[in-house]
Amino acid sequence: MLNDRSTGVGVDTRTEMVELFTTMVRIRKFEERVRSAYLEGLVHGTTHLCIGQEAVCAGVVAVLRATDYLIYTYRGHGVCIARGMSMAAAFAEIFGRRTGVSGGLGGSMHLTDPELNLVCAAGIVGGGLPVAVGTGLAAQLSGRGQVAVTFFGDGAANIGAFHESLNIAAVWQLPMLFVCENNYYGEFTRIDRTTPFEDLVRRGAAFDMHSVAVDGNDVMLVKEAAADALMRARAGAGPTFLECRTYRHSGHSRTDPAKYRPAAEVEAWLARDPLLMFEQILLERGIHEPQELEQIKAKVLEEVVAASREAEAAEWPIAADYLGCAMVRT
Amino acid sequence: MSNLEAMVLAREGLVTPETATYREAISRAIGDEMRADSRVLILGEDIGESEGPLKTTLGLHKEFGPTRVRDTPIAEEAFVGAALGLAVAGYRPVVEIMFADFIGVCFDQIVNSIAKHHFMSGGRMHAPLVIRAIGGGGLRFGPQHSQTGESWLLNVPGLRIVAASTPDEAYGMIRAAIRDPDPVIVLEHKALLGTKGSVIFGEAGIRDLDTPRLVAAGENVTIVASLAMVPRALEAARQLAESGISAEVIDLRVLRPLNAQVIVDSVKKTSRLLTVEEQGVHGGWGSSVVAEIVQQAFDYLDAPPIRIGLPDTPLPYSPPLEDHAIPSVERIAQAARDLIGRSI
Repeated sequence: MLNDRSTGVGVDTRTEMVELFTTMVRIRKFEERVRSAYLEGLVHGTTHLCIGQEAVCAGVVAVLRATDYLIYTYRGHGVCIARGMSMAAAFAEIFGRRTGVSGGLGGSMHLTDPELNLVCAAGIVGGGLPVAVGTGLAAQLSGRGQVAVTFFGDGAANIGAFHESLNIAAVWQLPMLFVCENNYYGEFTRIDRTTPFEDLVRRGAAFDMHSVAVDGNDVMLVKEAAADALMRARAGAGPTFLECRTYRHSGHSRTDPAKYRPAAEVEAWLARDPLLMFEQILLERGIHEPQELEQIKAKVLEEVVAASREAEAAEWPIAADYLGCAMVRT
Repeated sequence: MSNLEAMVLAREGLVTPETATYREAISRAIGDEMRADSRVLILGEDIGESEGPLKTTLGLHKEFGPTRVRDTPIAEEAFVGAALGLAVAGYRPVVEIMFADFIGVCFDQIVNSIAKHHFMSGGRMHAPLVIRAIGGGGLRFGPQHSQTGESWLLNVPGLRIVAASTPDEAYGMIRAAIRDPDPVIVLEHKALLGTKGSVIFGEAGIRDLDTPRLVAAGENVTIVASLAMVPRALEAARQLAESGISAEVIDLRVLRPLNAQVIVDSVKKTSRLLTVEEQGVHGGWGSSVVAEIVQQAFDYLDAPPIRIGLPDTPLPYSPPLEDHAIPSVERIAQAARDLIGRSI
């Protein structure tokens, strides 16, 4: 079931490839700034970086329409940046400032923006899946070709909500895309110690769902598989389970040095850095000159620095910003 | 509209109450809202063609069809969580939890997803959805199918929790809950499903979800009850009246957010407080009510308040044991007499 060959779906133009590369660089630089900001004391509590997994969110989000719904996880910064969330507002949220996307009430694990249909960032492993099913049902009822896309990790594949949600999506043939970011570690524990097999695509197939696995570090393959799934969903052919095999370069969260991972495994995956892999494709195919790519990176870095500065200078929320705000009608 | 206003309208002949059962009232409330608002839909187990295991969706599938009256798999976590997805996508979902005990199955979605969504979005998203949970004992369903679940969610900001004690309340509160912009948990009681009462249907029957309700006026003792304990408290009050004790009965009805003003006013008059709940008293709403009274009306109390509820055990199956465990009319009346006897 591993899809490692191009089917020609969504053949990319040069512009699309530049956009895709830029998106991945924006996510990488954003996350690198979150990491350094954490060390500077600007990020509070904890944060979960998606460095190493950029190809998954960039590839999937690239093929979505503005009307599609996104439900993701606490490791969701990449999804939000790929979707076009304001970097300054995202940084401000992570820094706990009043100008954050949620006014500092949610934080790093809960970046959302209803205007971009970034509707739910679950902090509980697997917690977003049932919510995604609801948006999937809404998408089906609307009859407007909408799709609900949900991201989750390999850890979520063992929680009850996962099974209940996949089952409902399959039995109701909801227009959904389940993106399993299999990075082989549920928090600190490797998948072989928690799950009887590593190819989680089988979990989708178990629900009689169209299920595909791709190299999640190859953005072209991810994008292509997502495009195919979206086409199926919009055509009323039901949900797709897309396993993207990938790796997080750092630990589960900022307090985790990830010493539990074998050095050889880490090394092998670092050599397959999704950004480097895509860069090579762009250079080999002569789509870009090296200096062009460097220019993109430099420009993105400027954007990230400026956005972070804006967020760092933003004011703190005050008590009146949260008191009495648990409900619409108090 | 308040119950009192509706009663005035009824007396003036402006609205005509009908006699209906609690379960008919539930079904009609959902149906009337579905007719009024195309965004309303209901999901649950066996609620479609079967019209609910406890027959609380009578006629809905027939009128609205399987798209809006949707049978789900036995998967509370998924379909309750799905209500949030539907709500953020612009729908007004109602989900039925067949037995309130199953709140345990979907606790994470209620507590971590639904209750916090509006807040975590910085107020940018709303979660207008209704979770109806049919609970309660007295029908010999045993420890896992008899709980009211009243206090399980009491400490969760972001939720409104209401409890219906009559057909009229069931109708009016469910309609109001569906219109509410926040997630509302509507607790129903299965021992009440077949009870009949006078119901004002239509817009005039829509009730507030804000405050407890005085259901019998009295002078000597205030009895606060919820769900199936309300009719028992009323019967106790009738018996007490025969021995010259005048009891005021308040239906708590809105468990969260707790607005204790009606109770405070009552206790200032009666100087005695008795709470009656169909659950353990430790961590129950009775404790919160007593705390409010101690804080707001301490000087008016003539005796320490009494809380009665279930013993500190699961509800047993065997009829004599279940009957022993659930506060009876006699126990309520005796507790009221004890309060008066203890008065300083």
